[in-house]
Order: sequence, then C-alpha cells, then structure tokens
Amino acid sequence: MAAHPAAAGEAKRRELTAGIRASLPVLVGVAPFGLITGVSAAAIGMGDGLAVAMSAIVFAGASQLAAVALLDAAAAWPVIVITALIINLRMVMYSAALEPHFRFLARPTRMLLAYLLTDQAFALSITSYADRPGRRYPHWYYGSIGLTLWATWMATTALGVLAGAQVPESWGLTFAVPLVFLALIFPAITDRATASAAVVAGTAALVAQPLPYNLGLVVAAVAGITTGAVVESRQP
Amino acid sequence: MNTWAIVGLIGAGTFALRSSFLAFPGDRAIPDRVRRALRFVPAAVLTAITVPAVAYVDGDLALALSNHRFPAAVVAAAVAWKTKNIAWTIVAGLGVQWLLSIV
Repeated sequence: MAAHPAAAGEAKRRELTAGIRASLPVLVGVAPFGLITGVSAAAIGMGDGLAVAMSAIVFAGASQLAAVALLDAAAAWPVIVITALIINLRMVMYSAALEPHFRFLARPTRMLLAYLLTDQAFALSITSYADRPGRRYPHWYYGSIGLTLWATWMATTALGVLAGAQVPESWGLTFAVPLVFLALIFPAITDRATASAAVVAGTAALVAQPLPYNLGLVVAAVAGITTGAVVESRQP
Repeated sequence: MNTWAIVGLIGAGTFALRSSFLAFPGDRAIPDRVRRALRFVPAAVLTAITVPAVAYVDGDLALALSNHRFPAAVVAAAVAWKTKNIAWTIVAGLGVQWLLSIV
C-alpha cells in the first residue's frame, strides 16, 4: 500500500523538522567541541587541509582528538589507529540497536545512515522511536539529525582550524586536548565500577608511559576496562 | 607512516564499526561479555590519554609545580567535576597555565 504522495511528503517534512528541532540543544555542546578539535588539529601542525578533511573522514570527535593528541606525541601509527577505534567501538552497539528500525531500507541508504552515526543521533532517535513507534519514515528523522550534526561539525572544525592558525604556539593551546578529555571523564564515571576503571587506567598509564610506541596507552585502557568488568561482576 | 593514511585508516575502521549491523542485517547479537566491557571504554580510555599528557614532559615524569600543566589540570579537574562542562574546563586549565607562565 503506497501512501498518498502529498501525505508522504508531509510526513517526511514532519520527521525532518522534528529532527532539526531535536538537534538544536545538542549543537550547544557539539559546536565548542568542533572548534577545539579544529584549533588543536591546526596547533599540532598536521596541515590545515587534513585537519578539516579529518572531520569528514572520521566524523567522531573524541577519536579525532585522541588521534591529534597521539600524533602530537609522535606515537606509532598502529597505536593511534587502535586507540581511535577502541574509542569508537561503542558505534557497534548503536548500529545493532538501530538496525531493526532501518531494515526496510536499501543498503546504500543504510550505509549513508551508518556514516552519520554519532552518540547524539543514536540517543535522540532511539528514544524518539520508543516514544512514537510504527513510523513510515523514521530514517528522515535520524537523517535530519545526522546531517544537522555533520554540517555543524564540519563548519566548527573548519572555523577552529582557521582560528588555530592565527594563534601563536606560546599560548599553549595544545593543552586544550587533554583538558577536553578531562572534562569528558567525569560524566563517564557513574558508579563504583566505572570509577575503578578510570583509577586503574590512569595509574597504569602513569606507570606504563615509558613503554615504546605509546603502547602504555593500550595497556592502560585494557587494564581499566578489565578492572571495571571485574568490579561490576563482584557487585551484589 | 603518512598522516593522511593514518586518518584514512581511522575513518575506514570507524565506518566499518558504524555499518557493522546497519549494512549487514541479520540475527547476530553482541555477546553479553563484550557489551558489558564496552561500558568501561570511555572512563578507561579517556583517563589513560589524559594522565600522561599532564604528568609527563618530554618523556620524563614531572609531578611538580614547574610543570604548569600539572597544577592547571588539578584546577581544571575540580571545575570539570563541578560543572561537567567542556568549555569551562578548558578556560580554567588554559587560564591557570597562562597565569603560571607569566609569574
């Protein structure tokens, strides 16, 4: 049964505007994050073109900042790639959770939607689908959030790169990168198990830092994750 | 290795993670153990990146006031904990670093 064309257009437009409206509060957090990513990418001298292109190629803020920090530390390339991908592992969970809602779509569309997958697009969509199930065009809602975030992310990283190129090195702006991570640690600590994961990872990173190729980072991350899982399994 | 190639690999890998289920539907499920472990990735990885970036200078452990990043990070951590706000954390950290650099 095909929907009436006018009604279909109207339904799509409603999903589209609802998606943009849902994105707006999120942009308040995304914009400064994008600026900082651009500024710090420019500050480590990776090249302005690549600094902007990275936002389109990777489109995942925390992993981009981690890559910038590790490039600045002259880490070995497998460590940089593995660290960034560990940070983005959570995308697999989002991908699995969204898949039932998009199963009816053609594969190229699903791959485009996959490219636009972020924490925010996932969280906003999955809660909206739970609130109002059985929608004909759920992908228009998710897609509009994804594109709004993408456009904002590209514009703010490009602005950051432009601004960062003007900032003298003596301002010590590269320090903004660990500061962003520092700010993200506290919301990630929600209970005893996540706190243990952070404390063990931090201590292990301090001790293991002298390991070659920045391998200490991978060792510390694995130690922290394992500790968190063990602490959780022992909780009553 | 060329920086473009590193970014390209991260991009390709990230897209593979994003499309893992969306591009290849089926009735696979993520094992419970993996799902539980993923919960600890942010807390562990973020801390593991931050601590050496603050505590080491040119490959040497530097937990002293002369390493301006160290006191700046302590202040920024307090601000981050209180406000849970990225912008204020950056302002506090860069501000302390700057103050120490002029005294």
